[in-house]
Amino acid sequence: MFGEYSLGDLGAIFAMQGFAGLILFSVYVLMALGLAIIFGQMGVINMAHGEFMILGAYVTYLCSGFFQAHLPGIFPAYFFLAMALAFVAAGLLGMVVEWALIRHLYKRPLDTLLATWGLSLILQQAYRSIFGAREVGVELPSWMMGSVQATDTIEIPINGLFVMAITVLITLAVAGLLFASRYGKQVRAVMQNRVMAGAVGIDTGRVDRLTFGLGCGIAGVAGSAFTMIGSTGPTSGQLYIVDTFLIVVFGGAASLLGTIASAFSISQTQSTLEFFLSGSTAKVITLLAVVAILMLRPQGLFTLKVRR
Amino acid sequence: MLQTVPASAPVAAPGAAPMLAVTDLHAAYGQSEVLHGIDLTVAPGEIVAVMGRNGMGKSTLMRTLMGILPARGGTIRVDGHDVTALKSHQRVARGLAYVPQGRMIFSAMTVQENIETGLTVTGESKVPGDLYAMFPVLLEMKGRRGGNLSGGQQQQLAIARALASRPKVLLLDEPTEGIQPSIIREMGRTLKKIRDERGLSIVVSEQVLSFALDIADRVLVIENGSIVHEDLRADVDEATVARYLSV
Repeated sequence: MFGEYSLGDLGAIFAMQGFAGLILFSVYVLMALGLAIIFGQMGVINMAHGEFMILGAYVTYLCSGFFQAHLPGIFPAYFFLAMALAFVAAGLLGMVVEWALIRHLYKRPLDTLLATWGLSLILQQAYRSIFGAREVGVELPSWMMGSVQATDTIEIPINGLFVMAITVLITLAVAGLLFASRYGKQVRAVMQNRVMAGAVGIDTGRVDRLTFGLGCGIAGVAGSAFTMIGSTGPTSGQLYIVDTFLIVVFGGAASLLGTIASAFSISQTQSTLEFFLSGSTAKVITLLAVVAILMLRPQGLFTLKVRR
Repeated sequence: MLQTVPASAPVAAPGAAPMLAVTDLHAAYGQSEVLHGIDLTVAPGEIVAVMGRNGMGKSTLMRTLMGILPARGGTIRVDGHDVTALKSHQRVARGLAYVPQGRMIFSAMTVQENIETGLTVTGESKVPGDLYAMFPVLLEMKGRRGGNLSGGQQQQLAIARALASRPKVLLLDEPTEGIQPSIIREMGRTLKKIRDERGLSIVVSEQVLSFALDIADRVLVIENGSIVHEDLRADVDEATVARYLSV
């Protein structure tokens, strides 16, 4: 499949597909982070995670419309506000859902699967009723539209660089939160032994609610980033939830580094192969590679070396 | 069963309010009741050993006191406050602390982080120096993951974590289980030192009679979910208690 390209072309193709893959990587990392901390802490598989992401995308869409119509003066900076609002909206909805639904089902993992799946259907229909079934696009400010000409053949899109920078910031912030803050210590204690965490004085219910909100909020930011690579529709989130599960499992649950590494390898493989093959063949090859590796390493890429 | 001593005999100085007062405590796993009305009072600074064979309700008593298992009936008071309806973490804030059977330290977290989890209710952010002074080995290992410590070190860590919340009553569930004899003796000394320095009350469940006699001011025997025998340390007839413990 490489036959018809010269070596220089191939280099440029790999570089550009690599950068295109990095936006996908950013969305995957943000989605997987949220899913992984929710699953790690509460054992809840959030089937509605994609819908929380789409909530973030719709918030971004609303912001773009609002700023264009009413505050065109600060339109160039609206994306920052949109991301923050996406985080807050998705996070708040997450906390409400945890309070109303999830906390009653902690001891019944299968039921949480069903309940969050039902929630995803409800949210999809809500989006359809509110925003219509048609997919919507977001107007980007002009400074994010162009690209940096790295060499004659390699162009790097500015919005891609922007999304990656945001992703790196958020990942570092989450890592800092989990490993250096008091709240993070409580989260990790609850993750490892819920009963004992309560018995040393940690309010596990409160930690659960905050964590669920945090995970969903990050999904909202992922939705904001997503508006740059796809158009937003009521069911767009569904396309991402399966890939995100794959990343969490492949990376090894409860390992932040593993999640990042697996998101990177999967998105890069996917993006590079997509150029040479059709999208679905690329997906098949990616999946086969993941299955093969998981057969050799069922625990995922990264695990903690510690006696349990 | 017939040798039950009336549980009302006060042990501390007359008039001292009990630090832990349990009356008619019932607890059950599902439909099967495991504790059938436990009465227990512990004076400030007293060490009480709850003895009994496996399956007699020692751990269930501890778990119920800690709020891990809900009480079916009866009341639990800590320093005069009724904690029966509170969740575990609220009981910790009221002054209970728990060292569970099997120690249950957070194995993927460092020694220091493990102790810091105990600081949640006090609001402190640094491990108090006196804890490390009491367990110097933990200071040496503070950067290691808890799961990579030996059994005896994990036990010390679990005790330090419990003490970090500055409890009034410390509950220890079979602390000698799986620990070598020389370390058991040292642990007995440590527990008495903790009591003397901090003036807290200790309830320890045990199967090892020598350890219980070594540290306790009072020995209770639990059998089939009821307290069937009670003696002050000075009056303990080893043979009688040993008969309850023999299989």
